[in-house]
Order: sequence, then structure tokens, then C-alpha cells
Amino acid sequence: MAIAVRRWRTWLWVLPAVGLLLIFVYYPVVDNVRLSFFSWDAFDPTPTFVGVDNYVAAAEDPVFWRSLFNNTAYAVVSLIFQVGLAMVLAALLEEFVGRRLRGPLRTLYFIPAAMSITVVGILFSFIYNPEFGLLNRALEAVGLGQFAVAWLGQESTAIWAIIAMSQWQSIGYCAVLFVVAMQRVPREYYEAATVDGAGPIRSFFAVTVPMVREMTTLLVILTISGAFLVFNEVMVMTAGGPNNSSQVLGTWLYRQAFFEDDMGYAATVATVILVITFTIAALQMWVTQRRRVEA
Amino acid sequence: MSQQTAVAVPVEAPVRPSAVKPSASPWATFGKVILRLLVWAGLAALAVAIFYPLLWMVLSGFKSNQEIFSEPWGLPGALRWENYRHAWDLGVVRYFTNSLIVTIGSIITVTLISAWAAYGLTRIQLPLSNAVVLLILGGLMLAPTVALIPLFRLLQFIGIYDTYWALIVLYTAFRLPFTVFLIRAYMIELPHEVDEAATIDGASHAQIFWSVILPMCRPILVSAALLQALFAWNEFVFALVFISDENLKTLPVGLVSMQSRLLTDWPVVFAGLTIAALPMVLLFLIGQRQFLRGLTEGVGK
Repeated sequence: MAIAVRRWRTWLWVLPAVGLLLIFVYYPVVDNVRLSFFSWDAFDPTPTFVGVDNYVAAAEDPVFWRSLFNNTAYAVVSLIFQVGLAMVLAALLEEFVGRRLRGPLRTLYFIPAAMSITVVGILFSFIYNPEFGLLNRALEAVGLGQFAVAWLGQESTAIWAIIAMSQWQSIGYCAVLFVVAMQRVPREYYEAATVDGAGPIRSFFAVTVPMVREMTTLLVILTISGAFLVFNEVMVMTAGGPNNSSQVLGTWLYRQAFFEDDMGYAATVATVILVITFTIAALQMWVTQRRRVEA
Repeated sequence: MSQQTAVAVPVEAPVRPSAVKPSASPWATFGKVILRLLVWAGLAALAVAIFYPLLWMVLSGFKSNQEIFSEPWGLPGALRWENYRHAWDLGVVRYFTNSLIVTIGSIITVTLISAWAAYGLTRIQLPLSNAVVLLILGGLMLAPTVALIPLFRLLQFIGIYDTYWALIVLYTAFRLPFTVFLIRAYMIELPHEVDEAATIDGASHAQIFWSVILPMCRPILVSAALLQALFAWNEFVFALVFISDENLKTLPVGLVSMQSRLLTDWPVVFAGLTIAALPMVLLFLIGQRQFLRGLTEGVGK
């Protein structure tokens, strides 16, 4: 008995962490799924069970689908820039740029990632500003004045302008992660490729790409789930407007919960996000597992 | 004679391509030079695209409202430090202090609680320790947005809604999985002989933790603290939803409300942005190596 008590007393070490996680992370996430089958608002604060009504409402809500589309667009563009281009950028920094410039360039490219998304968001809403923004002035300066528009004020461009800002902020961060992965590739592999007559482009595809595969998988997952969780930049730059054209799932749920006072519907949108991000995470585990078995 | 040359040629052959190639075709060399120039141009363009907006932000903070419109590319006519003073007095000082409190508070709680848990998971035979690892690891997959609505109810129920504690507690809870794994990966590598020696000397686990293991973990604790600082200083969703008192707002949310209050006083907003960004950029420049170690350890494992 005394031994059992002493054994369980060792749990004191993990208790704070486990307790905080259960109360403030796990419980709310599970409760959110439950609440998605209920309906309540500020005037009637006791949730009433409504079955799948909220899900039906989502399926019939054009803004919900618009948000889903925007999140998907975010994911696709981010994959191209933050995985594809970032990998090329990292390889250039490692193999092409000389020792002296490598460090400073890496630091410079990384700086935006150290800044708050709010700061970057407000800064870019100034850059996109039709009256004094840098972007339109630059377009006018090179004779492309006819393309100068109110980037955040038009339904057709708002979400793309936000996505572009996000690439600006994150490409350096992803490149630095790739750089670290590339530094772990043994030099002999590159030397062997050179002896075999491979040029820099061939050895990028034959050595670098396969050797940093784990980092690539990881960044693909992080980028996709990040794209479905996006909230801050949209909130800061357009709050989903104009006319809900730049709404994403995160901002739509925020709006439903705290402006439209439709908490149950907001919980439903949150559950959709949970399912998407969870599926992606499960997919990653499955892929890494299978690879380990193969290897 | 002829036989000798016949032998000599194949020996020479493999050496030739690499030795002769560069001067073989002037066009190939020309193409290579062009390619190099293009790559350099691309890298330089990216550097400018990243650096110029930042420079523009800092400089615009010194401009007058009129200069912002008439000379968006130009230098400010004078170093108007009063814009920065003005931004500071108009609310940045309060947001700054709030961010500082929440950031430092959550750094202390998250590193301590994580180190604690990591010790339990790596140095002690814990009942159900695999389940605990799984539970903590699983937390990595759960995002703040997904828990927003129940958390709103929960925090009001506990009575910490609209207080510093709401943010400190949430910044701790949601960053625990990452931080525990970061510190755990480091603790696993520490040799077990040190605790054994201390145990023989009669030290308890608590004593070993505080006076032996924790000091040895200093490098990774620094990384963990820096990454937590970056997270807490810049966090937006929780700060937006769970703080409504203007006096308690942190920088990311405060800046947005300041921007809407100062609709047309652009230079002051630019100055506010610069002040808000500066601490983390400086911290990153100073502690770059620790930052990157934390990122790659945490991401890679």
C-alpha cells in the first residue's frame, strides 16, 4: 500500500502539465464537438439540443464554402512558396552563396518571422493602401499603373493580397528550417554526385531533395494545417471583407460567435476545422510510419 | 611507338572533360555567367523585397502626415522623434507593459512546468508514463481556434475572463506540448550517472531537479524561453477574445485598436508598429543561435 502511494506520488511531477492540458486544451476541444449539436445565444444561455441542424446550416451557407475555398487557396499557395521555393532558397544559400554572405542573408530573410502578424498585417494594409501604398506607387513607377487597384478593398483581390503577405512573412522561416536539414546531409553525397558528373541542378534533385524528405513532409503538414487555422492576418487586414469575400473558417467562426451571437454554429465551424487538421496530422503519422517500415 | 599512344589515350580520356570543359565552349561559359547573375539578382530582389518594407515602416514613423502622401519613397524631412513619443503615450506604453507581464509570466510557468514534467518522464519510473507522453504529444495537434467557444464559457465560469491570468494560463497550457518535448529531448541525453551520484549522497528527486538537472538544462531552457517569448509577444486570437478591458490589452490587439482610433495619423501608427516589432527582432538577432536550436529541435523530433 505504502509502496503504491509512493509510486503514484511520483505523478506530482507530471500533474501540473497533465492537469493544465486536460482542463484548458482537451476538455474545451471535446466540449466544442458536443456544443456543435446545440444552439444558444446571449439571451438564452442554456444550450438546447438541435441535432445536426448546425451542420445543415453550414452546408447551405455560401460564406462557409467561400471560407473553405479561401483556406484551400491559402494552403496551395503556401505549399508552392513555403515548401517549394523555400527549399530552393535554402539550397541556394547553402550551395551557391559564399560563406561570408550566407549568414547575413539567412538572418535577413528570417526577420519577418520574428515580427507579430499584427504588425506585419497593419504594415501590409499600408503597403496595399491605394492612396500612399508602396505597391501601387511601384506599379506606377514601372509603367503598370493600370494594374494599381485597392487590393484589400476589392472582392476579387482581397484574399490573394492577404495570402501574398503571408508568403512574405514565412518563406524565410521555412528556408531556415530547410537549411538546418541540409546541413545534416553528409558532404560525401555531394562529392559523389560531382564525381559522377552531376551539375548543381542535378545534385539538387538527386541528393538534396531526397535527403531532406523528412523536413519536407513535416513542413507540408505544418503548412497545410496552418492554412486551415489562419486567423490573425485576415482579422487584421480585412476582418473577412469586403462582402465576406476574404472570410476564412477561423474568422467566420469568430464572427458567428461574437458578432452574430450564434455560438452553436460557430462551434460547428470549429469542429470542421478540427476534423480537417486532425485528418492531416493522422495522415502525417501514417506516412512516417510507413516510411519507417519500408526503411 | 604506336602501341604506346594507344595505351596513353584511354588513360588521358577521363581527365579531359573536366579539365577542358570550361574553355571548350564560350557559349556554355556565357550561359553559366548569365545563370549566376540571374540567381544573384533573384536573391538580391528577395532581400530588397523583405528589407525595404521594414525600412519604410521605420522611416515613415519619422515622417509628417503630409510627407507620407507626397513622398512615400523619400526620406523623412526631419527625425520626428515626437511621433514615437506620441505613439508611446497614446497607448503603446500600456500595451507594451501588458505584453511584458503576460510574456514573462507565461515564460516562467511554461518552462518550469515543462521541465518538471520532462524530469518526471525521463528520470523517474512513472506509472502510465507512455500514456502521459501520448497525451502531451496529442496536444500538439489541437489548435486554439478549435477550443475558442468552450474556453470562453470556461474562463467566465472560473472567473479569470478579462484578466492577465486568462492569457498566462492559456499561453502556458497550449505551449506545454511543444516545450515539454523540447526539454525532454535534451534531458534524455543527460548521463544518468549524475543523478545516481546525487542519490547516493542522499539527495531527493526535488533536490536533484533543482540543483543538478535544471542547471545542466540551461541551454535548452534559454531556447524554450525565447520561443515562448516570440509566441506570447505575438499571440493574437486569445488576446482578442479573452481580454475586453482596454487597459489590459496586449500589443497585437492594442495596435489594431490604436490603428482604428488614429484613423488618419499615419506616422504615429507607423511609429507604434516599429516599437512593437523591435523587442522580438532584437531578441532574435541577439539570441539567433538559441532560437534556431529550439526551432529545429522542436520541429525535428
